[in-house]
Amino acid sequence: MSVKQISVFIENKKGALAEVTKFIAENKINLNALSIADTRDFGILRIITDNPDNARDILRGEGYTVTATAVLAVAIDHTPGAMASVLAILNDADIVIEYTYAFMSNTPDKAYMIFRVDNNDKATAALTAQGVAVLNQEDIF
Amino acid sequence: MGNYYQQDIETMAPEGLRAIQSERLLKQVRHAYDNVAYYREMMDKKGVSPDDIKSLDDLHKLPFLTKADLREAYPYGLLAKPLSECVRIQSTSGTTGKRVVVFYTAHDVDIWEQCCARAIMAVGGTKEDVVQVCYGYGLFTGGAGLHGGSHKVGSLTLPMSSGNTERQIQFMQDLGSTIICCTPSYAAYIGETLKEMGISPDDIQLKAGIFGAEPWTEEMRRDVEKSLGLKAYDIYGLTEMCGPGVAFECEAQGGMHINEDYFIPEIIDPDTGEVLPEGAKGELVFTTLDKEAFPLLRYRTRDICVLHREKCACGRTLIKMAKPMGRSDDMLIIRGVNVFPSQIETVLLEQGYTPNYRIEVDRAGNNDTLDIYVELTSEQFSDTVRAIEQKEKQLAAAMKTMLGINPKMHLVPPKSIARSEGKAVRVVDKRKLHD
Repeated sequence: MSVKQISVFIENKKGALAEVTKFIAENKINLNALSIADTRDFGILRIITDNPDNARDILRGEGYTVTATAVLAVAIDHTPGAMASVLAILNDADIVIEYTYAFMSNTPDKAYMIFRVDNNDKATAALTAQGVAVLNQEDIF
Repeated sequence: MGNYYQQDIETMAPEGLRAIQSERLLKQVRHAYDNVAYYREMMDKKGVSPDDIKSLDDLHKLPFLTKADLREAYPYGLLAKPLSECVRIQSTSGTTGKRVVVFYTAHDVDIWEQCCARAIMAVGGTKEDVVQVCYGYGLFTGGAGLHGGSHKVGSLTLPMSSGNTERQIQFMQDLGSTIICCTPSYAAYIGETLKEMGISPDDIQLKAGIFGAEPWTEEMRRDVEKSLGLKAYDIYGLTEMCGPGVAFECEAQGGMHINEDYFIPEIIDPDTGEVLPEGAKGELVFTTLDKEAFPLLRYRTRDICVLHREKCACGRTLIKMAKPMGRSDDMLIIRGVNVFPSQIETVLLEQGYTPNYRIEVDRAGNNDTLDIYVELTSEQFSDTVRAIEQKEKQLAAAMKTMLGINPKMHLVPPKSIARSEGKAVRVVDKRKLHD
């Protein structure tokens, strides 16, 4: 179980993010979630959108360096300690987390988290075994 | 093995070859001096007369000739025969400035075609072969040279010239072409077109390709061999000397044999002009030995390469030149090491990157720095910072192996490398700003 995240390789310079988001806006791609990893030279813009294949094709067509990655989307309770318990489950299952970020939930009292982990299947099994909901593409919109 | 056009010459013992070279050199120098005012003035200025050239050992006494001389002497200034004796001209593309026009007598055309015939037979060509020549015909030497060579071998010659790729493929299929001669990039394009048309390499008869006139990598060799189902061979030449056929690769595919009975190669230090020993890397210099209309004495090719005389599996004794690794005018000296942009490009292509790159050389304290920026495509892109940094490290290690120095690699998004007039600016040497 996973959702498709679109990553765009961008320069770490003034205006680069504005330029790509402007292009995304012009093409009516809705950004449900967005996160940026940055280094001195470059950044990676990661987005969750309802039609990732379309977003990837449009961005590649414009000449952007783009890839799609299967990431985990997890619904957690909107209460103190919820995130800590999810991380504990993953840690106990020996899952390595590359990065994580939060995004808008369509369910009251739930927060959605994106996790990029080293083994999606193993992580999904560990979380569902503990009653944590792992979401599909269609669940999150 | 053992397919030669002129076995006596191609497999001659070195002493015999030297004797021929010495004898022809004296005549060639005398001919140039007596019939070309430009040479006479150059030699007189250097205080060397034809009488000083008694054997091959005296070659170094002659002055160098450069492309600038050819431009200055354009069009007739280096002509050593009356125009009435000339039967042909060929010309360079003029991409690096004024065109160079080269004249040929019937004899000059004949020896050029002999050189190309040797190249065709060295890849296994015989009169049974069908040779498809898709180098451009016209002023460019590619078409005319291989066409003439193919005639001499007695092969059926298809004078296709370049372009109209579907027609090329149609002839290739209908007439069963066995040898193809073209630029390596056009060969790659034909390979892609075959694939698009759904034609397998097994559906065509090609067994060998003779590819030259532009730089290409071992990676391209493997790709073209696969896509066209043939063995790919290199050929070297320059319009100034005659055209393709100055040197050619044999079935051993390990360097190109120079037609030493017609061209004497030397390797020099491009900065000092000093002649370097065999095996040293430097600028390739050629002296023609039997040219009537356009003799060239110690012509600096600006190609950087290495010469090796070794026993070759094909039986030829002619010295071999490695594929040129760059142009002397492109050479950068970084931390005392000679670096050519073409070497960097080779590594990039071999590692599966685009040839869109920028080299920045600078100085930090007393140390030179080398930063290489390369565009990262979607195929190479994986979503994590760690994976990208890992790729940069791998690429830096591959560069170190090729260049001998460690660059800092930067993978960057497409279009972030500045271009002027659509062509990437390859080299920025910031050290000059400090000097």
